[in-house]
Amino acid sequence: MNAPSPAPPIGLLVELTHRCPLGCPYCSNPLALERPGGELDGETWKRVFSEAAALGALHVHLSGGEPTARRDIVDLTRHASESGLYTNLITSGIGVGEKLTGDLAEAGLDHAQLSFQGADKETNDRLGHYAGSWEKKRAFASYVIKAGLPLTINAVIHRANLHQVGAFIELAVELGARRLEVAHTQYYGWALLNRAALMPPRKQVEESIALVEAARARLKGELVIDMVVPDYYARYPKPCAGGWGRIAINVSPTGKALPCHAAESIQGLEFWNVREHSLADIWHTNPAFNAFRGTEWMREPCRSCERREIDWGGCRCQALALTGDARNADPACHKSPDHERIVATALAESESGERPLRFRSYKEKVEA
Amino acid sequence: MGETTEIHAQSRPHLPKGVRLKRDEARGRWTLLAPERIFEVDDTAAAVLGLCDGERDLGAIVAELAARYKAPPAVIEKDVVAMLADLKTKRVLET
Repeated sequence: MNAPSPAPPIGLLVELTHRCPLGCPYCSNPLALERPGGELDGETWKRVFSEAAALGALHVHLSGGEPTARRDIVDLTRHASESGLYTNLITSGIGVGEKLTGDLAEAGLDHAQLSFQGADKETNDRLGHYAGSWEKKRAFASYVIKAGLPLTINAVIHRANLHQVGAFIELAVELGARRLEVAHTQYYGWALLNRAALMPPRKQVEESIALVEAARARLKGELVIDMVVPDYYARYPKPCAGGWGRIAINVSPTGKALPCHAAESIQGLEFWNVREHSLADIWHTNPAFNAFRGTEWMREPCRSCERREIDWGGCRCQALALTGDARNADPACHKSPDHERIVATALAESESGERPLRFRSYKEKVEA
Repeated sequence: MGETTEIHAQSRPHLPKGVRLKRDEARGRWTLLAPERIFEVDDTAAAVLGLCDGERDLGAIVAELAARYKAPPAVIEKDVVAMLADLKTKRVLET
């Protein structure tokens, strides 16, 4: 029996390149970074944007690496915008001057999301592994405001900067951001490699959540604050990318289409490349997109769970990384038989003091 | 912070840069596209937002809708103000 045709995706996230001036130790890119020589050419990216819009996608997230490391970023932005997609630039702000920012706005960019690694110069430059990035980021924020574009500040939170949540909120207001993301680190790839150094203590996490909730009330109508809570300490898992093959498609720099940015960590799935397949073909017929789509693949405790179409079983990559099987419930869920064990591990790691970080780089030798 | 979300008769509501009203053909509905957010918009709300051009003030918008839907302006105004105030709080509408 054939599965019913899936509803169209809402968002397309494109990792235009894995090149990046920063070296964040929690980078969401895979440990095996893709080399610049294999990146898709501009014409192929444009075709992908057109196909995404035709398929029903509404948002395109131009990400990386650092997406502006692509020399054709303005041209790509223009095409995405002209295709009818809402264009969101996810950037470190490094190397994006006033002229380029203006050119991007003129090309139809709708929104810029700027990362900060810390809420002061010392923390920011140390965690991003780039001296002087603080000033460059602040300058970029001012160019975005000057161009009249809405600005989101993104702060990835972990043990080394958790005490700065209040300062991040002040920074976002000072820079004129309309939105702030307080995103607790999700532990895949580079972040999993550095988990013992990054895992925050539970009590401080709870304090940070209360602080954000108070700021939301205080800044209502001025700043929207979105928060991603650390799922090791949550009761329920987060839905993997909104549900596997349900709302999002990621495309890697070399053109691999993925249900989420970490999906390649799951062995045995064959991910098709946009060089050989249309996005519609991939969305509808690539077996990898159907592997965990819907609820048919689920085992207990997911299969009979009343939240199975809310959480969608949580994250497949996390289930694999922490339980050894991608079909298990995400152990972030309190119903998972592995939950107590992973929470105990997290708690122990969170109290392990200051540890060295392994910064993201092409050179870092990473054991699988 | 009630003051920032208040809508007056002289308010000229409009969508700020970075927020777009778009017909979502794949799903046969209207949507409001905003940073990292998509709001489903019913046909009536889309009609209201279509008039939020920064030129018309609230009074003009209400008058136009009252004529179009043959409904009492007071009723229309109550609904429109509630809807616009909600969108303003979400930072997807300016006045």
